Amino acid sequence: MSQILVLIEHANGAVKKVSLELLTLAARHGSASAVVIGPGADNAVADLTRFGAATIYVASDAALTSSVVGPKVSVLNKLLGEHSPAAVLIASTAEGKEIAGRLAVRSSSGVITDAVDIEDGLVVVQSVFGGSTIVRSAVTTGTPIITVRPNSTTPVESSGAGEVVTVSVELAANDTSAVIAEHVVEAKGGRPDLAEAATVVSGGRGVGSAEGFELVEKLADCLDAAVGASRAATDSGFYPHQYQVGQTGKTVSPQLYIALGISGAIQHRAGMQTSKTIVAVNKDAEAPIFELADFGVVGDLFNVAPQLTQEITSRKG
Amino acid sequence: MPLNIVVCVKQVPDSWAEKKLNPDDRTLDRASADPVLNELDEYGIEEALRLQEAHGGTVTILCMGPEKAGETIRKALSMGADQAVHVVDDALHGSDAVATSAALAAALKRVEFDLVILGSESTDARMSVVPAMLAERLSLPQMTFAKKVDADPDARTLTIHRQTDDGYDVVTSSLPAVVSVVEKINEPRYPSFKGIMAAKKKPVETLSLADLSLDPQTVGLAGAWSTVNAFEQRPPRQAGTVVTDDGDGGTKIADFLVTQKFL
Repeated sequence: MSQILVLIEHANGAVKKVSLELLTLAARHGSASAVVIGPGADNAVADLTRFGAATIYVASDAALTSSVVGPKVSVLNKLLGEHSPAAVLIASTAEGKEIAGRLAVRSSSGVITDAVDIEDGLVVVQSVFGGSTIVRSAVTTGTPIITVRPNSTTPVESSGAGEVVTVSVELAANDTSAVIAEHVVEAKGGRPDLAEAATVVSGGRGVGSAEGFELVEKLADCLDAAVGASRAATDSGFYPHQYQVGQTGKTVSPQLYIALGISGAIQHRAGMQTSKTIVAVNKDAEAPIFELADFGVVGDLFNVAPQLTQEITSRKG
Repeated sequence: MPLNIVVCVKQVPDSWAEKKLNPDDRTLDRASADPVLNELDEYGIEEALRLQEAHGGTVTILCMGPEKAGETIRKALSMGADQAVHVVDDALHGSDAVATSAALAAALKRVEFDLVILGSESTDARMSVVPAMLAERLSLPQMTFAKKVDADPDARTLTIHRQTDDGYDVVTSSLPAVVSVVEKINEPRYPSFKGIMAAKKKPVETLSLADLSLDPQTVGLAGAWSTVNAFEQRPPRQAGTVVTDDGDGGTKIADFLVTQKFL
């Protein structure tokens, strides 16, 4: 069975959920080979084996993660040359897509981003135009390089052979030309990553102020959810821009999406309408968000959201 | 030292309109919505103009697109850019990101620049790969997803804050470099009346594939390295339950979450 390479996203060996999803997807279409790059890569071996990796390529040199993207492209390109895999799967994150793009150019291969599924024959399913259109495509040249959105599949535990292969690579001159001098963390306390979260609670114009977002955060925290915001809310300075969900922000596809004070303009719908279950609270009964909602409440979010937070907290005991 | 900057821009269907695919060749139906300057590119133009104000030099707009994209180029010039290059050729229709980056790279090889600036993605394809591909093709530092850009043309160095999921990375490189900027790095200016009038007289060089010595077979639909097999409209979501809050709206949502096994 041909190998399918999966680039693993991890923090010092702690594997991100999306990478386990990709391993599961890879095992469905071939022999899943994990590629782990950077310091702590060895720590990932146990988890990757548990989720079906037959082979684990480990490149733990710190130099590979101290420049922007280039070194990771070199590692993958070397493995492409040595093992001729059937495909390369990469998480559809901002950096994942950049790695895919450069790898495509370097290896003369076609690239498809933002897959939501991969079918037999490596046919890639995408959900485009904010989820209104489903597209099936395939790479026709070189090795298919496919980026897959988080939450596209459920990771399944299945013990793999987990054979560890150490990889070292000579970096190309341009791999190290953009040097990461410092990593600055300014995330808000311990919430799950927006793109990966199983539940997202978002606030919009109706939240009214930066202070108002405390109520969004409280509801999010009792659901162990990520916090999102509509463009109207980020444009008004209620919440930082990197939490924007929509056409020009992040695309999310959680199990549960709760929209508070969001009217549901196409700009926002484009980023969330493939969520499995949608709940909306809005004062305006005519708001387009209610066309998407599985459950909607027409009312004042300043009454409804705190009550919901309290109900959830008490029902959880 | 002055800083010569090229800003790549794209004409896209209005991001506030519904978009669809063309059934004949399964490319974007560009007639289905008003064509506009990709709004994320406005941040790139603004950043270039600010760097020009600080350091001097020229700002050149580079756009690949059909004849009609000339309107988008004029919009970019009306914001204050000095000149433009329009890569236009019927054979480019249906180009994928790989081919687009090849055509842009070929055009960039004809001009002297210190910085290439792009928006972080186009609002139509949303692949967000062209800036990285350009860095690869031109063998230049990839300085992408910048939320802050500091150039020192005398020292020939560049520092950016690269946006990450949990904050940002401080990234340094030499010049020239390829930069992409994120939304909200700045507040793009509106074209002034004077700017709009001046834009009409600014030079726009038109380049064909022959001018770029590119084989038409390597671009467009013919040269695409991936192909769209089929597409369909997603069935609309089934209408759910909408209730009016009578003081128990939060409780009702909690009840709903229980039925859906979220609680």
